[in-house]
Amino acid sequence: MTQNASKKNVCKLAVAAVLTCMAATAQAEILIGSSVSSTGFASFLGEPEEQTLKILVDDINAKGGVGVKGEKLRLISYDDASDANKARTFATRLVEDDEVVAIIGGSTTGATMAIMPVVEEAGIPFISLAGAIEITQPVRKHTFKTPHTDRMACAKIFEDMKARDLHSVGILSGSDSFGSSMRKQCLDIVDEYEITVAGDEIFGPTDADMTPQLTNLKNKDGIQAIMVLGLGSGPAIVTRNYSQLAIDLPLYQSHGVASDAFIELAGAKEAEGIRLPGTPLLVAELLAADDPQRPAVQAYKERYESKTGKPVSTFGGYAHDALYLIVDAIERAGSSDPAAIRDALEATKGLVGTTGIYNMTPEDHLGLDLTAFRMLEIRDGKWKIIE
Amino acid sequence: MSEFMQFLLSGLTVGAVYALVALGFTIIYNASDVANFAQGEFVMLGGMITAAAYTAGAPLPLAAGLAIVVTAAIGVLLNKLAIEPARGAPVVSLIIITIGASIFVRGLVQLIFDKQLHRFPAFSGDDPIRLLGATILPQSLWVIAGALVVFVGLWLFFTRTLTGRAVLATANNRIAAVLVGINTKYVMTLSFALSAAIGALAGVLVTPITLTSYDIGMTMALKGFAAAMLGGMGNPKGALVGGIVLGVLEAMTAGYISSQYKDAAAFVVILGVLFFMPQGLFGRKSMERV
Repeated sequence: MTQNASKKNVCKLAVAAVLTCMAATAQAEILIGSSVSSTGFASFLGEPEEQTLKILVDDINAKGGVGVKGEKLRLISYDDASDANKARTFATRLVEDDEVVAIIGGSTTGATMAIMPVVEEAGIPFISLAGAIEITQPVRKHTFKTPHTDRMACAKIFEDMKARDLHSVGILSGSDSFGSSMRKQCLDIVDEYEITVAGDEIFGPTDADMTPQLTNLKNKDGIQAIMVLGLGSGPAIVTRNYSQLAIDLPLYQSHGVASDAFIELAGAKEAEGIRLPGTPLLVAELLAADDPQRPAVQAYKERYESKTGKPVSTFGGYAHDALYLIVDAIERAGSSDPAAIRDALEATKGLVGTTGIYNMTPEDHLGLDLTAFRMLEIRDGKWKIIE
Repeated sequence: MSEFMQFLLSGLTVGAVYALVALGFTIIYNASDVANFAQGEFVMLGGMITAAAYTAGAPLPLAAGLAIVVTAAIGVLLNKLAIEPARGAPVVSLIIITIGASIFVRGLVQLIFDKQLHRFPAFSGDDPIRLLGATILPQSLWVIAGALVVFVGLWLFFTRTLTGRAVLATANNRIAAVLVGINTKYVMTLSFALSAAIGALAGVLVTPITLTSYDIGMTMALKGFAAAMLGGMGNPKGALVGGIVLGVLEAMTAGYISSQYKDAAAFVVILGVLFFMPQGLFGRKSMERV
């Protein structure tokens, strides 16, 4: 027993010595950890996120590193394969073995929720890339996030309806997690905008025809607009059915379909006049010359597309913003100590990202307001910004 | 009245999609008693290959023809590489092999093509046809016509041709079939090629309506399988009626009761039917001779 124990101690000493050596040689490096879903069902989120982080870390290092001392960043990146259990394992590894100073990750809400207890216990600042409002409400000391919430998208749509004097809406939402969660958020706040819900219908994520639901909504008394909350093929099929039934009420879609592919799938003629809240990244070319986000958005879009050859996505933008929030916090803190980074993150003011302009406070660990969304309208198969 | 018509037309559209997928199940089932769960992947391949060829510049009929031929070849490969080597294994093992094959095909398509949604134009435009105050898209008529043509074709094949009867004989008793001179290997290859081709045809016809992506196969197969079970597995008439009934049932539930319970209502009816008629609406009574 005693022999074993002393052996263990020797080992510990040896490990400690090696670690000190490593720390000494790597002194000029700041370790940033990431755990995103580069493969698996959420790879459409994680793949652009991981690529964005890799490209930007290289770029920042090539430009002389972070802060006055010019410390280089090193990204330690794990792929949780869209599995929340793995996300937790990797978060623990990042904290205990890799000893990173900050973690970016959690492409999905599930993965984020798995990482959260690990970072809160270890006291490492963590920026999530997932959408759910529960991540930052209630506020946890070390957890921040960059994507705007579904509730904000609802608010943006309702604001626009109110401005157009539309007071009665029919909701058609997908039965998948995105659709049902957003439907709940919208129903929570719809009263604040003096809008009544005239109808509330559901469609399945792989349904081939939504004319029964639309027929029912169309026939509701006093209905003035219809909003569709969903991802994937559903919203495109709804749009085609809408035109098939020749419904002439204003149609709103969610930010879930804010991509050029949506117009292509729904058809330019069928999608004419649809409004939806979208991120500036989607309409980089259309941003006004004096738009404060224009330089950041265009620089990232150009860099990502030239480097990967793929069109830029909102999701990669979330990772872009998370990395720059951390870099900004390190520079303001003048230190790469996790506690100092956390305090500086919480004091972020006016950081211009691709998603929006971040102003963090101890009560708000997202720091975006409704200006992060642009109300877009599809005209002649192209996006137009509605002021 | 116009509401009822709209629900009915919607149900017919969706039902014809289910029926086309269900029809694909019948041949392989008739030849081997195996419910081929890779059938949905044939539908997906039909849509994806057509979309890729069309995007690459091929005219639509050529792209569709190419998709059907390539998918049929993949069906043959599936039989040669996965099913034939496991000859003699119990039916359950073969069904599990088809599930494995479907996961493999899905992964392959994800790598070769991409993970995006795809669509190509409808064959006869997108202007809706008006019917008693309701509307239907021309493409839906294509799907319904496709389901009817495949149904008639299969019915003639199984009742009027020697090859069709050989397929049925192979399923009934493989050893006896060999003894009367049926080349059962050829029958299996043929049935996989035909099933895959029907699946691909379904994919070509429905993609302008449902859109396609690498992962639609499993849900397609499940709905088609449910339709085939409802109508009676292995019977083309059952597949056609089962699909249409399922589609109309879903549309009527969504229209008159609640869109929340659409899928639940359909499955309750299926369970009810199978409880009283375990062979489905048109299924053969199976007799075991001791």
